[in-house]
Amino acid sequence: MIEVKDLHKSFNGVEVLKGISTTFEKGKTNLIIGQSGSGKTVFLKCLLGLFTYEEGSIAYDGKVFSNLTEDEKRDLRGDIGMVFQGSALFDSMTIAENVMFPLRMFTNQSKSEMQDRVDFVLNRVNLSDAHKKKPSEASGGMQKRVAIARAIVNNPKYLFCDEPNSGLDPKTSIVIDNLIKEITEEYNITTVINSHDMNSVMQIGEKIVFLKNGLKAWEGSNKNIFKTDNEVVTDFVYSSELMKKVRQMYIEERQ
Amino acid sequence: MTYLHNIGAYFLMIAEMFRKPTKWSVMKTLIFKDIDDLVLRSLGIIAFISFFVGGVITIQTALNISSPLIPKYLVGFATRQSVILEFAPTFTSVIMAGKVGSFITSSIGTMRVTEQIDALEVMGINSLNYLVFPKAVALMLYPFAIAIGMFLGILGGMAACVYGGFSSLEDYVYGIQTDFIPFHITYAFIKTFVFAFVLATIPAFHGYYMKGGALEVGKASTTSFVWTSVVIILLNYFLTQMLLS
Repeated sequence: MIEVKDLHKSFNGVEVLKGISTTFEKGKTNLIIGQSGSGKTVFLKCLLGLFTYEEGSIAYDGKVFSNLTEDEKRDLRGDIGMVFQGSALFDSMTIAENVMFPLRMFTNQSKSEMQDRVDFVLNRVNLSDAHKKKPSEASGGMQKRVAIARAIVNNPKYLFCDEPNSGLDPKTSIVIDNLIKEITEEYNITTVINSHDMNSVMQIGEKIVFLKNGLKAWEGSNKNIFKTDNEVVTDFVYSSELMKKVRQMYIEERQ
Repeated sequence: MTYLHNIGAYFLMIAEMFRKPTKWSVMKTLIFKDIDDLVLRSLGIIAFISFFVGGVITIQTALNISSPLIPKYLVGFATRQSVILEFAPTFTSVIMAGKVGSFITSSIGTMRVTEQIDALEVMGINSLNYLVFPKAVALMLYPFAIAIGMFLGILGGMAACVYGGFSSLEDYVYGIQTDFIPFHITYAFIKTFVFAFVLATIPAFHGYYMKGGALEVGKASTTSFVWTSVVIILLNYFLTQMLLS
């Protein structure tokens, strides 16, 4: 579980996060949603420790990040898996080497043990035949799956995903969403996804935090996001024609 | 103020580069890869340039000696001095600032743009140690490439001298042995070690701290070449003043 309390972050005097408090629960897919420029990426980078913040606290299973020593922070990072928006795979390595990388860096496993783990994880994301390919030879969907495999190879306690569906077709997006949800439940990890994809919200949003202008505007689940009367949320959720029709159907169904 | 800030940031980067070392089994692989990318793959261009520039130095020296009172062996002597003292360590390093420097800036800059550096940081890896330290270690073999450049420069001079008919082989060989001061070799290698460190770290600084997209990677490569060349030329002046005067 990750607990965030009153988080403030500024850049050059401009406050981007204005006191966000929330909790991301273990074994659930937690989504941060909001328009572009609402502070989602900054919030995620603060959670990852890539940005420092002026006020507030972030606690990972009770351990407040800012109170940890450098060694403790390093240990904590070993429990974090991250799927970047552009996958961030290492170009100079093959897909198998990319997935093996955290094991080489942080474990003392033998080569055959590491190879077995890589085979298992690549098989888990349905990429059992892609070991020797370079990231540049893989499609966008494959790259995302490799990034997920690399993120989970070291059995993380926390999985972060920055817009995992960006640049993917709707069908592949659903595959990626389902994969993340399955992995979250299977390994009982705390997953935090930064997204503005409404399909993801409906599909896997067990806990949703809605940001607007650096503030938490709403919090709930995919079950009650369609029932809310919060104007900020409805403006965002029902901005597309498709979603307007979905809402109409929902209202008609309720009547 | 920006210059001062960048100078400070550069020295902080150097300090950070030595902190939180990467696991040796991984670092060893990185160092060997960088030796291949930065040193071995530069040997061809160093050999080619050294051989022909050595030849040009010889031809120009020979053509500018018009007085019959000046001995013919001076051509070999002048070629040796020019190649060992300046051409091989300094001129080659400026060329390497373009080849090796651009490679380092663009490869690290691309990693920055594509969030690969963020990926390393999230994993708890000291990205500066992982990316820059092996390059600095690999380039400590750069003086070997410069030694080959010295040899080929003098050999190129000999070929130009003998086959161009400017003087005999005996005169040239006598010239390159005349008044030889071994400290000049030491001086050249001290300079080369310093330039090797500059070649690894200044381009890495420009790549690591760049902001923006693909266009900025190109701009950072150009800026890194300019600053690496400027620093090499300035250090060349100060080292020469300190070591030879």
